[in-house]
Amino acid sequence: MLELILFYTFGAIAVISGILVITRHNVVHSAAFLGATLFAVAGIFLTLHAEFVAGVQVIVYVGGILVLFVFVIMLIAVERSVHERQYNKQWTIALITSAILIVEIAYGLYRGRDSLVLPAVVPPAAAAAGGNSEQVGTALYTSYLLPFEIASILLLVAIVGAVVLSKKRTPAEE
Amino acid sequence: MSEYLTSSDFMILMIKIIVIFGGVMGALVYLTWIERKVMARVQMRPGPTRVGPFGLLQPIADGLKFLFKEDVVPANANRFLYIAAPVVSLIPALLSFSVIPFGPWLQVTDLSVGLLFIFAITSLGVYGIVLGGWASNSKYPLMGAMRSSAQMISYELSLTLSVVGVLMIANTLSLNQLVMSQQRTWLGFIPRWNIFLQPVAFLIYVVSAVAETNRLPFDLAESEQELVAGWHTEYSSLKFAMFMLAEYANMVTVSALATIMFFGGWSGPLVGPHWLKAALPTFWFVSKIFLFIFFYVLLRSTIPRFRYDQLMNFGWKVLLPLSLANILATSFVVAIS
Amino acid sequence: MVTTFHYLLLGAALFTIGVIGVLTRRNIMIILMSIELMMNAVNINLIAFSNRLQQVTGQVFAIFVITVAAAEAAVGLGIVIAMFKNKETMNINEIDLMKW
Repeated sequence: MLELILFYTFGAIAVISGILVITRHNVVHSAAFLGATLFAVAGIFLTLHAEFVAGVQVIVYVGGILVLFVFVIMLIAVERSVHERQYNKQWTIALITSAILIVEIAYGLYRGRDSLVLPAVVPPAAAAAGGNSEQVGTALYTSYLLPFEIASILLLVAIVGAVVLSKKRTPAEE
Repeated sequence: MSEYLTSSDFMILMIKIIVIFGGVMGALVYLTWIERKVMARVQMRPGPTRVGPFGLLQPIADGLKFLFKEDVVPANANRFLYIAAPVVSLIPALLSFSVIPFGPWLQVTDLSVGLLFIFAITSLGVYGIVLGGWASNSKYPLMGAMRSSAQMISYELSLTLSVVGVLMIANTLSLNQLVMSQQRTWLGFIPRWNIFLQPVAFLIYVVSAVAETNRLPFDLAESEQELVAGWHTEYSSLKFAMFMLAEYANMVTVSALATIMFFGGWSGPLVGPHWLKAALPTFWFVSKIFLFIFFYVLLRSTIPRFRYDQLMNFGWKVLLPLSLANILATSFVVAIS
Repeated sequence: MVTTFHYLLLGAALFTIGVIGVLTRRNIMIILMSIELMMNAVNINLIAFSNRLQQVTGQVFAIFVITVAAAEAAVGLGIVIAMFKNKETMNINEIDLMKW
């Protein structure tokens, strides 16, 4: 019962704020609603007993990425873009694409519904094998060590890329 | 579910929440008095003396004043975000007290990812500042908000990384178990606190914590002389009071975390009769926090403000490499032993 | 009773919202935000299956997705800033130098 209430609360917040993200004219409002969505998704993770990922979601997404978004929004003027036309002309294509996507997802879910309606069980063995953080940490540093290292290289590349892209050009370079 | 609401577990939880929340709110209000009094003494002034003995009723008078002031919303402000900002900054600041162990039993809930929870919650505090500064639609608040968001992102990294060394030693994310892991002693009388094992991490933590809470010498977000009051220039009345409360709450949170991680939390000598033994852990914890707050106030009254470029250079070029080196060294030692 | 099906539906809804946002909006910041929405939808699915199968793999993947999202946001916002310096706009329809 409690599970159901939590799921519908977080789910409703996530979906409604998600819709508001893509419909607001003011980018700062969009960012604020994106924050609400991310937070609700972290709540969804908690209902799925993924405490560590929920924490990471809030720290990295809400506390890091979204702050960067807001920072960039404030760095560049927003006033002008509020009064511009907000939607582009390809809404027919967009409509068709999303309709196809919805049909596709619906079909996939319809085919797999029998295996999915069973509620997930939490066997006591999982709790005995150490907390969620320990399990994720063990998996991350044993089975997934190589992807982990590759991810760190990806982050390094992203850092260099971001610095190069946004740094001021010296007169000699121009 | 209805049985739970009438069970004794629920009653105990409610009492814990009321005690902790009430105690914390009262302490936050009186922190303003402590700060004014200590700063005044450092500067050889008497500080507040008029309201009550030693000015002890001053915080209450201040609170009433905030309550009765006119609540101004600037004409061009973004109304929704302007009103939401103080709430956004106060709620996370108070939420983090729900996992802090004030004693072996005086803790609302002992999350297995308590430390992660606190870092997640405190990383939201920046939104109050950023949204408030932006929504005021005024020059100084915006500049303060931008400075503060850059500063908080930069110092959050070294704050979080400085803790990793402690976590590797303690092997847990739960705050109560972090305290438990520091219960033993060396030679029977030196407490086995993490500060002796992780002195570098402690230094990094303290510096980043001061920056993270926007206190002098890192208070570039509000720096009175350059930006009037930074992000809360346009705020008045209760909204301003909420920002102030959030700032003090953050101060207490980082001090409590420092106590838990480096100074053994509520551990300390237990003497006397039964009731005293039950109350002493909380006393030790609160006094350790108080020492940190005292240090904060002394810092504020003695050290001048950093320049913005110095702040960024220090954060990225000194603190961050230092905390990474600390993690590397700690992991070597942990792997060998 | 909440089943994996519920979570997949939620993920699908969020993903579709993200797709619509990317396809219809002209403001590049909102397009980047819509991409974040889609990544979150994927994460919900990953973690729902991680819970369903009682394996921690899905959570590890979710962490990788969050890492990639951080890298994407950093580079994407760098591009936005570079673009704004050149053309003073956040409207992607005006970024058409490479169009023939």
